[in-house]
Amino acid sequence: MYDMGMAQSVAAEAAGKVSARGVQVFYGTTHALRDVDIDIADRAVTAFIGPSGCGKSTFLRCLNRMNDTIPGCRVLGDIRLDGEDIHDPRVDPVQLRARVGMVFQKPNPFPKSIYDNVAYGPRIHGLARSRADMDVVVEKSLRRAALWNDVRDRLHDAGTGLSGGQQQRLCIARAIATSPEVLLMDEPCSALDPIATAQIEELIHELADQFSVVIVTHSMQQASRVSQHTAFFHLGELVEYGDTETVFTNPVDPRTENYITGRIG
Amino acid sequence: MSIPQQSLFASDPGTARRRAAEARFRAYGLGAVLVGVAALLLLLSSVLSSGLGAFWQTRIHIPVTLAGAALDPLGGRDPAAMRKVTTIAYGKVIEAALRDAIAQAGIELPLTDAEIAAMLSKEAPAQLRNKVLADPALVDGTIEVSLLANGRIDGYLKGRVTMDSAQLDRNVTPQQLLLADRMLARGMLSRDLNPGFLTAPDASDLRPEAAGLGVAILGSAYMMLIVLGLALPIGVASSIYLEEFAPRNRWTDLIEVNIANLAAVPSIVFGVLGLAIFINFAGLPQSAPIVGGLVLTLMTLPTIIIATRAALKSVPPSIRDAALGVGASRMQAVFHHVLPLAAPGILTGAIIGLAQALGETAPLLLIGMVAFVREFPAAPPEGFFDPAPALPAQIYNWTQRADPAFVERAWGAIIVLLGFLLVMNAAAILLRRRFERRW
Repeated sequence: MYDMGMAQSVAAEAAGKVSARGVQVFYGTTHALRDVDIDIADRAVTAFIGPSGCGKSTFLRCLNRMNDTIPGCRVLGDIRLDGEDIHDPRVDPVQLRARVGMVFQKPNPFPKSIYDNVAYGPRIHGLARSRADMDVVVEKSLRRAALWNDVRDRLHDAGTGLSGGQQQRLCIARAIATSPEVLLMDEPCSALDPIATAQIEELIHELADQFSVVIVTHSMQQASRVSQHTAFFHLGELVEYGDTETVFTNPVDPRTENYITGRIG
Repeated sequence: MSIPQQSLFASDPGTARRRAAEARFRAYGLGAVLVGVAALLLLLSSVLSSGLGAFWQTRIHIPVTLAGAALDPLGGRDPAAMRKVTTIAYGKVIEAALRDAIAQAGIELPLTDAEIAAMLSKEAPAQLRNKVLADPALVDGTIEVSLLANGRIDGYLKGRVTMDSAQLDRNVTPQQLLLADRMLARGMLSRDLNPGFLTAPDASDLRPEAAGLGVAILGSAYMMLIVLGLALPIGVASSIYLEEFAPRNRWTDLIEVNIANLAAVPSIVFGVLGLAIFINFAGLPQSAPIVGGLVLTLMTLPTIIIATRAALKSVPPSIRDAALGVGASRMQAVFHHVLPLAAPGILTGAIIGLAQALGETAPLLLIGMVAFVREFPAAPPEGFFDPAPALPAQIYNWTQRADPAFVERAWGAIIVLLGFLLVMNAAAILLRRRFERRW
């Protein structure tokens, strides 16, 4: 049922930052993701939607090879970042993850100070030459994550002492401190209240000026609010991918329509 | 079927049964706790009542005139020459001094000279000799000395020896006990705190009053140093590897099963192993802390590995994800984030493993740690190869001796051992409280 022609037409019009061809993922003997072809645009927000267990988070984790850390997980197929195969034996996943940052579903700040949380990435990648450099990086990241004004006076307090929304923004600041080119967000708002969610969404908008943002979400409203492109996954397949507006108003595949109108999922 | 509607105030037979079952269960639980507490109290009270006496010792206080003719026949006050004078000469000096002091005090009892001399410990001449050799200028003067009393006299003051038991005892007469009473009344005899119990070396069967735990404590401390120095790094390194890096396959499963089995191996088996491998095969000295430490290391490793793996497992995976997500390598994620969070659990496990090792007796019996050793071992690392007993082995040793005074000392040594264990366990709890983090 997968429409090859449609995916190719999307690929042609988008300036592909990340492109995936024939991606398969297995957890042991379970075939979790089948034949995913997708091109993710630069400086735009791409949303992955779909019912639970459809493989959207699995695919997201393929993009920075976080699936490598899961025992028994195998990824086949071709994923390219700026045309370079990320599964090439010469690629160190550590370097890849510095360029493809990730924000997780549950806020997971390190149990260290706010400053150290943000400074950790730049520190291990040697991005700041001096203490003053680092201060600049930390301030810039916190400002872009819209957290600076909340925490400027308590940079050396524990990051775990912040509220849930602030913790998630801290995690975003930590992810963007290494200036990644792609930012992967795995349901970043699922643990947050509507106010914090609104703040994060606004932030995603701003981040899309510099990064290619990929967000997995369960909320179709959120997908329609924040993204320019939407991909619908169902039972391990990429069913439909296109402009957000098209997918939501005029879906090609009946499964997409059923999901969006609330009949499945 | 639905719950029949009735007033909330009316009691329903099903609920009453459930409440009765709950009350019974709580009673069982409380009963179990009370039995446990009672057992603990019984243990502690019997240990304390039997052992506290060892921390006090009876001493005889008399003036002694140190005649130069007897103690320094050459007259040069040369320590080398004075060393040739044995304790026999000193024994004669203090026996005479004791007789004089008793006469001076006006105590008149039908006692032979030998009976009066037997009031003193056989260790007393050595005490005086050490004192004089340390300061030869004392010779030809008169000094006040406190000398150890005989173990039977000490037992009389502690209630272990009575007039009735003295009738039947070849080592003490009722007349001597009467003399002790008189001397006590005149302040020539007193029961004082006994620091020697913790610092002095063991003593022979004939002088229980002089026996101490000094060498045994040092031996145990050396073994603990070895266990800490070997078991902690090896255990933590293997746990980190198994938990964070090793692939899950048949080999790691096999290793896992074996670690669990190793933790359950009876300690005596480790003793046989130590005897066969470290002493017979590798040729390490018997009775040495190095062998005891190696055997206890083998015993402690599984405990430390299991505790460390549990501590590593309890660090939430989201922390590892967070570190890997910003581009940390596996090792950076472990050493920067996981290990610091697991450290309190690792330390607690290590201390509990050490406490276990400190109290372990059976393997030490097999590798000769029950030896009678009066020499203090040298400072580490040479001292690791010098013979020394260990605390639990010393306790075992003392319980095997004939004189009941040694039984009191064995109980006293148990108090010391329990004291060390209590301190270690308290340290483990404090560390956990202090550094534990929650999410």
